[in-house]
Amino acid sequence: MSEPDIPAAPDPSPAVEAAGIHKRFGSTQALRGVGLSLLPGRCLGLVGRNGAGKSTLVSILSGIYPADAGEVRFDGRPAPPLGDIGAWRDRIATVFQHSMVVPGLTVAENVFLGRQPRRRGGVVDWRRMREQARKVMADWGFDVSADAPCANLTVEQRQVVEITRALAAGTRCLLLDEPTAALERGAVERLFEHIRELRAQGVAILYISHHLEEVFEICTDVAVLRDGELVLSAPLAEVSKDSLITAMVGEDQKQNQQRSSERAVVSPPPPTPSTVAEDQRLTLIVDGVSLLSSGVLLSGVSLTVRPGERVGVTGLRGSGATTLARIVAGALAPDAGVVRLGEAVLPPGDRSAALRAGIGYIPEDRQAEGFVPLLGVAENISMTITDRIARWGFVSPRRREARAAPLARRLSLVSAGLGQPVRELSGGNQQKVTVARALASDPVLIVAITPTRGVDVASKELLLAELDRITTQTGASLLLASDELDDLVICDRVLVLVRGEIFTEFAEPPFDREALIGASEGLPAGRHGVT
Amino acid sequence: MSETKNSLTALAADVEAALGRRRSRSAAAISWIREAALLPVLVVLLIVGAILNSHFLTVSNIITGTGGQAAALGVVVVGESLVLLIGGMDLSLESTYGLAPMIAAWLIVPVAAFGDGLLLNPYLGILILLAVGAAVGLANGLLIIKGRLNGFIVTLGMTILLAGIQDGIVKGQAPFNLPTAFGYLGAANFGVVPVSLIVAVVLFVLTGLFLRYHRIGRAIYAIGGNREAARAAGIKVDRIRIGVYVAASVLAAIGGLMEAGRVSSVAPDQGYGEGIIFSVFAAAVIGGVSLQGGRGNMVGAASGVILLGLVQNLLDLENAPNYWIEAIDGGVILFALILARVIGGEASAE
Repeated sequence: MSEPDIPAAPDPSPAVEAAGIHKRFGSTQALRGVGLSLLPGRCLGLVGRNGAGKSTLVSILSGIYPADAGEVRFDGRPAPPLGDIGAWRDRIATVFQHSMVVPGLTVAENVFLGRQPRRRGGVVDWRRMREQARKVMADWGFDVSADAPCANLTVEQRQVVEITRALAAGTRCLLLDEPTAALERGAVERLFEHIRELRAQGVAILYISHHLEEVFEICTDVAVLRDGELVLSAPLAEVSKDSLITAMVGEDQKQNQQRSSERAVVSPPPPTPSTVAEDQRLTLIVDGVSLLSSGVLLSGVSLTVRPGERVGVTGLRGSGATTLARIVAGALAPDAGVVRLGEAVLPPGDRSAALRAGIGYIPEDRQAEGFVPLLGVAENISMTITDRIARWGFVSPRRREARAAPLARRLSLVSAGLGQPVRELSGGNQQKVTVARALASDPVLIVAITPTRGVDVASKELLLAELDRITTQTGASLLLASDELDDLVICDRVLVLVRGEIFTEFAEPPFDREALIGASEGLPAGRHGVT
Repeated sequence: MSETKNSLTALAADVEAALGRRRSRSAAAISWIREAALLPVLVVLLIVGAILNSHFLTVSNIITGTGGQAAALGVVVVGESLVLLIGGMDLSLESTYGLAPMIAAWLIVPVAAFGDGLLLNPYLGILILLAVGAAVGLANGLLIIKGRLNGFIVTLGMTILLAGIQDGIVKGQAPFNLPTAFGYLGAANFGVVPVSLIVAVVLFVLTGLFLRYHRIGRAIYAIGGNREAARAAGIKVDRIRIGVYVAASVLAAIGGLMEAGRVSSVAPDQGYGEGIIFSVFAAAVIGGVSLQGGRGNMVGAASGVILLGLVQNLLDLENAPNYWIEAIDGGVILFALILARVIGGEASAE
């Protein structure tokens, strides 16, 4: 707590040092013996794919979880006991992806949240609080009014408030967890300016990001996590982009990629003439679709999906791939832009109209949108077609089951009968219900978002093969949004979105796993042979 | 290699299916018990009542007396159950139950009977009563669904507003001398059976069949069970929710018409002043209609109404001390609720 009394050593000791950190959640080994150190005046970039263990490490360094084994040290001294949040905050401050600012309070109140300067008797000293907040802001060259209510601030300004909060507490170590995820380009530049300034003043920074571009721009060192292990740690100058991606993906994954691309060549049967009349096969045209609400960003995306074509869209979380698919399915209304299927312009955000136009929809989160847990398998599957199977508005359970049974059989859905509530099924079978519900309406276009998330390997292959088969047989087109590269194997081409814009396109399979990951991270394609 | 893997997968599937079948068979048995959860309670109540009072178990008491009284409440319970099934909650039904017949009666009866002197045709009055119900329901629905306001608070405000209007237009008087046509539904008997009871039973049966077999009825369960899943499946969620609020208020107006006919006047405190919404919720919930939505059925709701009606009737017959009648009432509701939960667990979505 009394750093100023300690004479500054000529060779700076690490501000934070983690050694041999192990952490297990249930059967998942999240971290295996990770060690890293943050030096004053340096910015360490921490990268890795989803599930590599970045978030777990951040939580342990912030004192949110205990480590199963290993040690965290600040300035050479052991970390405070877990639960003493105040003591942790004095040593390390984390700016999370999601804003931790209280919107109803002013900037000054947020800066001194929980540690307001008091007068005698415990009354908050408002004047001193505002003055100190202004002083810290001025010292670091931040330009946010101390009296402004935080509800009125932009995402960028809220981040500044959070950083100021850390600095006002005397913290000399910052963890920035994907700080640019919700920022526009100009704001990112200003954030980088702040980071350089902080570094110059001797603050140690851990910068977590999916965007390798940014890591190369702002960091001095880099560390790569893969499957809970630290596989690379080096000054950035000694690392090339390619070696960084290889470290993230891993050698064995590259072999996997080889295997899945072989499968891609083998599995789709030769294109057969469609059984659907030509006039029913419609082209999907997405024209200049934009969305600028909080968190999701999509700016002027246009694309065309020809009849029978299978188009994949991929990107990091927040890239807009999922949002684009939801807009096409009518589950979300865009701010601007038009979605057309054939001649018809689809009313924005009207799922029911999209269904009638022939768009089947496999939503991203099956628990939230995929099925009604209390209702039976057949009823859930036939939910999209009650208008077709009803007589005078009445649906007999027998007709329902007659329509659902073939789909259930085709997807090898295991249940104790088509009347069994979907709540009682396993996750994989629940996903099959969700997929069957989309297929039941004989769609001309299937919009699928991460259709294989959370299902076992066998079901995964079966679901993909079935999507592949059904599009080939009926001539339906497919728009598949997924960040799981294995899903994209069934696509004819893949679009990569970065920050709400189409970044690049992979025109024909097999798709190179490394190139896809690189493109998702926003790296210019260059050597990957991209059209 | 791959053959082994396949046969293993097949085995795993078989095991899962077998387990599922067993689970489902026991689930079917449990669901049958749930359907009939209140039946033994009703039987016990009838036996106890017959022992306590020789007048209790007679046609004139059970069918004509209790049946006529419970019919009006029952019709409101049908409406509230629909709202509960879509995951909503409508407190204003009790005021619609008072206001709709009040406006109609006020327009029909002469000034001497506390009307406004318009002397409206009684059939037209019934149309107006239905229109008032529909208008209140539409207002609730639009405020809650299109205005994105909290349903509990909207209908709370609405219930107070409507009750105030009910009191205000007649300055606290009770219009009486209702024409026969207007009072028919609540006052007439078909043999020993009150017409209101017949209509209530028909409404219960039709609503039950509608919920079980009609696509909109099934959509109501889907919306209450998982609104976003229903939306993703292309169900017109907003339209159906608004429709349910309208239907519930119209049913409440019909219930109010029955009550007005039964007592042949409209009291300024009919509904809100009597606090019938508590009995309505109690009957629905005792009958297994979930406050979380998506769960419950008309068989359960009807048995809840019958149970409350019989208890009320028995207390009347036994001349329970006036000052204690509410405490006994409340105790019985809590007891029935606990009993229904212990026997029935959670009701199914049928």
